[in-house]
Amino acid sequence: MMTDDDMMTDDEATRRQFMIGAASLAGGLVTVLPVTEARATPETMQAAIKKVVGSAPLRKGKVALHLPPLVENGNSVSMDIAVESPMTADNYVRAIHVFNEKNPQSNVISIRLGPPAGQAKVATRMRLADSQRIMAIAEMNDGSFWSDEVDVIVTIAACLEDPV
Amino acid sequence: MARTLINVPPKAKKGEVIAIKTLISHEMETGYRHDNVGKAIPRDIISLFVCTYNGLEVFRAELFPAIAANPFISFYTVATASGTFEFKWTGDNGFSATESVNITVE
Repeated sequence: MMTDDDMMTDDEATRRQFMIGAASLAGGLVTVLPVTEARATPETMQAAIKKVVGSAPLRKGKVALHLPPLVENGNSVSMDIAVESPMTADNYVRAIHVFNEKNPQSNVISIRLGPPAGQAKVATRMRLADSQRIMAIAEMNDGSFWSDEVDVIVTIAACLEDPV
Repeated sequence: MARTLINVPPKAKKGEVIAIKTLISHEMETGYRHDNVGKAIPRDIISLFVCTYNGLEVFRAELFPAIAANPFISFYTVATASGTFEFKWTGDNGFSATESVNITVE
């Protein structure tokens, strides 16, 4: 008895291999295509930061941003920010802004405070859609900007998942 | 009315820096999710939180969808005089909630 394969000529064999190759290539292309999803990128984060800071220099220091380095569930992640400042009438923190790289939107929170705060320390809970870098920027009353960044690894993302 | 949980020390010494913690029940729907038929769920968040102390604004926060559901915010202020703290949350779809807490300063 002869099967189809036995009867196959060299030509047919190469054609079949070509088809398999083409199919897997097409499959590869589909997965490589960019996903058209609303998502912030490090570039949009830079743009959002630029909007706040303008052309003023952004220096590292004075700000301490705390987030857990490894997050199991991105739906609620505690975050606290402390800025070194005496909070007196002529030396205080005017604002604190927090930005992210990969959530759908670059902004997280913008806080305004002043000398009545006594202490520039704030805590809240945020969502994380992916492992990414979070940045906190403090604006002082003299117009200077200070920052701190934290890298976070997230195992279950927030924001984009469908409701249960 | 959304449920709130506010923690302000009932008594403080004049000039003391006190911690204030606030929590409000709110979904904080991001506007980036879809329901089971693929329809986008519209954004519904609290976008502004303001705290005033005897009429003077001491803290203001602009919130974005990246803030977790049931927004928790904690901050500090200097106890200057006996009086009232007023907390106000405002957001999408005409959301508004106000709470006040009294403090005695010695």
